[in-house]
Amino acid sequence: MSTGRASRILSRLWMLLVYAFLFLPIASLVVYSFTDSTVPNVWGGFSLRWYRALTTDTDLKEGLWLSLKIATLTATAAVVLGSLAAASLHRYPRFFGRTLFSGMVSAPLVMPDVIVGLSLLLMLVSLQRLLGVPERGMATIWLGHLLLGMAYATVVIHARLKDLNPQLEEAAQDLGAKPWQVFFLVTLPMTAQALLAAWLLTFTLSLDDVVLSAFLSGPGSTTLPLVIFSRARLGLNPSVNAIATVVVLIVSIGVTIASYLIARQERRRANEMAAAQRFQ
Amino acid sequence: MSIPSGDWKPGLRAAVIGVPFFWLSLFFLLPFLLVLRISLAQMDGALITPLLTLADDALTFRVHLASFVQLATDDLYFATYLVSVKYALVTASACLAVGYPFAYFMARSERRWQPALLMGVMLPFWTSFLLRVYAWKSLLEPNGWVGAPIHALGVDHALAWLGLVPSAEQLMYSPFSLLIGMVYTYLPFMVLPLYATLSRMDLRLIEAAQDLGATPWQAFWRITVPLSRSGIVAGFMLVFIPCVGEYVIPELLGGPETLMIGRVLWDEFFSNNDWPMASAVAVVMILVIIVPLAIFGRNQARAREAS
Repeated sequence: MSTGRASRILSRLWMLLVYAFLFLPIASLVVYSFTDSTVPNVWGGFSLRWYRALTTDTDLKEGLWLSLKIATLTATAAVVLGSLAAASLHRYPRFFGRTLFSGMVSAPLVMPDVIVGLSLLLMLVSLQRLLGVPERGMATIWLGHLLLGMAYATVVIHARLKDLNPQLEEAAQDLGAKPWQVFFLVTLPMTAQALLAAWLLTFTLSLDDVVLSAFLSGPGSTTLPLVIFSRARLGLNPSVNAIATVVVLIVSIGVTIASYLIARQERRRANEMAAAQRFQ
Repeated sequence: MSIPSGDWKPGLRAAVIGVPFFWLSLFFLLPFLLVLRISLAQMDGALITPLLTLADDALTFRVHLASFVQLATDDLYFATYLVSVKYALVTASACLAVGYPFAYFMARSERRWQPALLMGVMLPFWTSFLLRVYAWKSLLEPNGWVGAPIHALGVDHALAWLGLVPSAEQLMYSPFSLLIGMVYTYLPFMVLPLYATLSRMDLRLIEAAQDLGATPWQAFWRITVPLSRSGIVAGFMLVFIPCVGEYVIPELLGGPETLMIGRVLWDEFFSNNDWPMASAVAVVMILVIIVPLAIFGRNQARAREAS
């Protein structure tokens, strides 16, 4: 019995340490965003001066606005393309070039960013020399983010499609639903939470990317991570802590709302399932 | 898999497959071929030498291998590839050592706690990676939350003895700070696939092994570990491959002896404006990761079939 107890304590301790490791940096960012000192790892008393400084920091504000725009466009397009790619992989076990297709879908997940960024940039520059478009800027950054986001969206949506019970779609068909009705009334509601998760994931990925943005940005299109990266490179900077806290806040609110919605939907579905079982 | 795909019209099928396929071919495959092509060229002023030229009614095909020759002969490049692979291997191994017990305890904890525990791993992953890496800069300062205890406990001398930090006084801009940043960033990529395989495992197999007289330790090494193989492979590759080409973490946390290949590619492109050289560096980097990539792909396909 005592070895069981000891191993339980040991496992709890291990988990605690890993969680501490994961959350320590975030905690320190938030804590030191409220310091009154100009050195961001010295506590100089509580103050909001770095938040006040944010309101007049046009580089950060413009970067944040541009990043939010790109992230929204990226997430929306990534969910659409990711759904199509996931549906192809799920519904059609055989088609010409399927191996190549599934390889291309998942490769950006692991491919180093510098390679993806360089290759996309060289291609866009060649295109620009031939056609005169596109100019490097918001659109080209969006393209790069979409490539990466689509891979993540496909994985998330594909995983959900595999878990779906195909009998539900068949049942709807047997009851006379047309294919588009099956899709909008059965498939879509059942995958809605995966679509939401994929949207949020690709949104945050885009909001976070440095390398692709650096390759694909042009003059006047400096995203928030590029601003932060250039400051972080030079050393510690309390304004970075303040913007970090704002970003952490935005993301936490988003994730909390999303997980609440997903949990609620899951509960409702479970209740409906239970009710349906009773009728059998 | 029994979905009657016949009910989906062929035109729809063509669109569902065609749109993402075309998009990926245009923006993923084609750019790679272009990198390969440019790596075989030379800079001619601001332009790149063409592969095919039509002069005096003769079509000539000219390949410049200068970039690859330079890669092969200049020791700096070789050493940098070696350093990148070394740190990627150490990072992936450290993530496995930290992440396996963690994922195991998570998968064996009470069912109702597991979603919350999983959320705890995902949450930092949702917050900006750049900002979290940046935070380590202040944590590892001599008076930082992590730096101070390391100095107080004398761990700094052990790190200096291991050669992970240049001197006991300085933790930042060293192999140590680089590895902390990389393990920190990539740990969730290790934990998630491990948790996925470990939580799906049939626990009756462990009971059976113990009924047949295996000690818990034997059952762990001979049943649990082999059954979680696909998770180990997936996690290891998900960490190793992107680490080889990592740019941001070495740039923020690394020091002079941690020059990695991502930085070299970056400099060839942005500082030297040498596109063929940058492309050649990328091509060789792909060659370095192609075997791990293939292992990863096969592992995923096999896991997909098994599920």
